[in-house]
Amino acid sequence: MPLQTITLHINGENRPTTVRASDTLLYALRGRLGLTGSKPGCLNGDCGACTVNVDGWPMKSCLMLAVEAVGKKVTTIEGLHDSPIQQAFVKEFAFQCGYCTPGFIMNCHSLLEQHPDADDQTIKEWLESNICRCTSYIEIEKAVKAVMRGE
Amino acid sequence: MAGKEDFQIVLPFDFDYYLPKNLKEAVELYRYLDQQGKQPMFFSGGTELITLGRIDLAYTEAVIDIKEIAECQMIQFSDHQLLIGSAVTLTQLEEANPFPLLTSVSSEVADHTARGKITLGGNICAQIFYREAVLPFLLADSELIIAGPEGLKTIQINEIFQEQLRLKKGELLVQTSTDKRFIEAPFYAVKRRQQWDTGYPLITLAALKMGQELRVAISGLCPFPFRSPEVETYLNRWGQAAETRVDNALSALPKPILEDVEGSADYRLFVLRHLLVDALSALERAGA
Repeated sequence: MPLQTITLHINGENRPTTVRASDTLLYALRGRLGLTGSKPGCLNGDCGACTVNVDGWPMKSCLMLAVEAVGKKVTTIEGLHDSPIQQAFVKEFAFQCGYCTPGFIMNCHSLLEQHPDADDQTIKEWLESNICRCTSYIEIEKAVKAVMRGE
Repeated sequence: MAGKEDFQIVLPFDFDYYLPKNLKEAVELYRYLDQQGKQPMFFSGGTELITLGRIDLAYTEAVIDIKEIAECQMIQFSDHQLLIGSAVTLTQLEEANPFPLLTSVSSEVADHTARGKITLGGNICAQIFYREAVLPFLLADSELIIAGPEGLKTIQINEIFQEQLRLKKGELLVQTSTDKRFIEAPFYAVKRRQQWDTGYPLITLAALKMGQELRVAISGLCPFPFRSPEVETYLNRWGQAAETRVDNALSALPKPILEDVEGSADYRLFVLRHLLVDALSALERAGA
């Protein structure tokens, strides 16, 4: 199978990218585009460390082929710049080692976009998609709620 | 080129990727690629190919992605039927909520983000034994619209879903069609896990009551999801005590009962017994 050049719309820019059809979006981001903020973890759709935002919704980039992202708007952690959820993570100290943090932030960012008034059940349901080995869950929940309160 | 760390990220085989715009094109592509020896695979969410392919448990040389096909993307009430396309994601179904029992069952599949990729058709046709999304359709005697080399056909799900969806080579699931009466019927659905709220599933039970008739479908007990007429016959002997009906129903279960790291066969039967008693209690007076 020859390599093919596709154009991915990432963080507001069109990025021509050469991939195999079987390359995951995670691989294209990290290995082809140098966007290493999306972290490889389980590579099986379980841990959420590779979460990005596709057309406004969270997506585990290890579960998506790069070719499937053609025509969609992809936002990675590099595309957020001092956003409210990033500020809240710092303020609430919602991380320790930081490996899961980009994935958590992208999921929280999508949640705040889609359900800015989410109730506790919705927050729990969305955030169950990510795993934090350092167990910063309470602080992460505080960070989401701080943004919802407009702090 | 892949760096050292990235060998784990890439799939260990190559395939061609096709994105047909309509069913005819998809079916013809399959036939052509099959003749070429490409072992083509219809692809919707693709999570199973990507995760199992990485560990050499799935393989194809040609992926036919059905996401762009309009019929596979629709959620629509038509007369008294609810049509749901096979490429609709479980998150889309939860957000639109056209079939509350389906929402209740499918919202326990994997996790929220993954459900944004997992599709209805992909879950029903998957290799994993849970496949919970099929349960509501088994209960509702839904019809499946299937495309294949001979065109479109409609078939009752309980005829074609026997342990797995018995599609012929080159066929793909296009839509489910469900009568509105079943969508409005009282239901009970619960998923039990061995640990916490987020552990791997043990058993999922979905029950629906049509008039005085209780229907149940179960996932996670056997290596396949099922609905059993024998089990329902025992459960519907309303003159008997609930425990008697449940014990008789347990004697009529299909085999084998799963025995794995998530739970022994005895433990699964113990959990199922309680789930059935709970379902009878919850739905006893419903629809009366």
